Amino acid sequence: MHNLTIKQMSEKLHAGEITSVQLTQHYLDRIDQYDGALNAFVTITPELAISMAEEADKRLAAGEAELLTGIPVAHKDIFCTDGVKTTCSSKMLDNFIAPYDAHVVTQLKKVGMPILGKTNMDEFAMGSSSESSYYGPTKNPWDHKAVPGGSSGGAAAAVAAGLAPMATGTDTGGSIRQPAAFCGITGIKPTYGSVSRFGIIAYASSFDQAGPMTRSAEDSAWMLNAMAGFDERDSTSLEREKPDYSATLGDSLKGLKVGVPSAYFGEGLDAEVAKVVKSAIAEIEKLGAEVVEIELPNKDLAVPAYYVLAPAEASTNLSRFDGVRFGYRCDQPKNLEDLYKRSRSEGFGEEVKRRIMVGAYALSAGYYDAYYLKAQKLRRKVRDDFTKAFEQCDVIMGPVAPTSAFNIGEKSDDPISMYLADLYTIPVNLAGLPGLSVPAGFANERPVGLHIVGPYFSEPKLLNIGHQFQQVTDWHTHVPAQYK
Amino acid sequence: MPLGKTEVEYISRLAQIEVLEGDVDGVAAKLTNILDLFTQMEAADTEGVDPMAHPLDAVQRFRADVVTETDQHEKLQAIAPAAEQAHYLVPQVIE
Repeated sequence: MHNLTIKQMSEKLHAGEITSVQLTQHYLDRIDQYDGALNAFVTITPELAISMAEEADKRLAAGEAELLTGIPVAHKDIFCTDGVKTTCSSKMLDNFIAPYDAHVVTQLKKVGMPILGKTNMDEFAMGSSSESSYYGPTKNPWDHKAVPGGSSGGAAAAVAAGLAPMATGTDTGGSIRQPAAFCGITGIKPTYGSVSRFGIIAYASSFDQAGPMTRSAEDSAWMLNAMAGFDERDSTSLEREKPDYSATLGDSLKGLKVGVPSAYFGEGLDAEVAKVVKSAIAEIEKLGAEVVEIELPNKDLAVPAYYVLAPAEASTNLSRFDGVRFGYRCDQPKNLEDLYKRSRSEGFGEEVKRRIMVGAYALSAGYYDAYYLKAQKLRRKVRDDFTKAFEQCDVIMGPVAPTSAFNIGEKSDDPISMYLADLYTIPVNLAGLPGLSVPAGFANERPVGLHIVGPYFSEPKLLNIGHQFQQVTDWHTHVPAQYK
Repeated sequence: MPLGKTEVEYISRLAQIEVLEGDVDGVAAKLTNILDLFTQMEAADTEGVDPMAHPLDAVQRFRADVVTETDQHEKLQAIAPAAEQAHYLVPQVIE
């Protein structure tokens, strides 16, 4: 049942061949069976899931169901979920029961998607391996020695292992696309402002963007239809008519101009990964696309600029965790300053503390111009590079990450090498563009993703390309042997 | 430039994060590595480039100044570490 496409599941639900309760119970059973070893979930919500499935079955029976009604979903533990523990995988929020729903949670509840639970992640979404979770690392279902990527590693692992048909993720510097690539699933980061950030625990607000993580581009299109749209509670939500993300999935790719930055295939890219990505682009050429060479001259400045800007935003966003209103409070505080400082140093993990400190320093008097302002100027240059490139091409293709999944522990003590794992995804966040990762093959027996980036609001085109690619390849249907 | 104990203490105060005596050197070394990464930005020419805060250069949206939220203090304070009579409790500030 868990290897059906969402379309097939939906057809069976609508035809009455299966019920949402049966489907939901099937996934809960698989979580029960496999998640002890995989650690993709922080919290499992079986009672909530079944009661929502019962409601969905009533809607299905009454003929009031939508396409996704009755199909269960797992939420990254960064989405506030009313009455459910929402931790951001931090000790700081280990006791936090969210008092309201994130907009995305509300949207998917309205559709009638039962909530299986909350997925594991890098603490406060700061990481590329899901190793920094307070609840321990998530394993990669393809190889338990490997990381699933991050920060949405639990979501990617859950979908890849068939513990959830679809999952929500967030992407600040690559946190949907890189784990999707590492786990062999499909994930899209929409244009900044397309999906409401309301109720998403903030990391770096000018970058944070939620999106779907699914087995196929078609599944992502349907899920994005349910997630996206204007929300007045998010001040950066775009007031714009929502397109039907699935309407153009079937379009031909004839005449599509694909920009390929040859510099992306130079030093630092694993040779096996390069081979896989090049052959995926060749496959897209066979579908009628034309490849043009492009340049992104400031690409190497994106990583340092991002690691100034995102921590700067994090240092202000995370000042709300003060041991007073919610979350962790240290024992026996001597005075107010001791309460703040010890609650924060005991409640946050190493990487989170590091980023808050870096951010506070970058914003401090004497360093603001050299670090923060300089990085904001580079952000514009990176964005302008893309604008110029899109004068020559419709989309840009390349690798999602420089390697396939690395081993657990391999980079966890070296922040800089971890930061560089996101060098292909970060520029897209700086520019606020949409980016898709689709499974494209294997390198060193671990999955590899093809990265497809387009101009603002080109999600329908990206998903169209992903879907057409998935009509002529079967990488997205591969399942890790022990999770068949 | 490598950070020293004085800088780490300064950053610790800015960030309101305690750094234990024995951790100062380790924290200083890792922060120094990150600041070294930032020095790559120096060589880039940004003369005449405007800083960019929002990818689509959108402006702040305003709403009418009307009440949209109802009083939920009981629900919101139920998850506080210490609250009493609609107030959050903290250690005594004034002796």
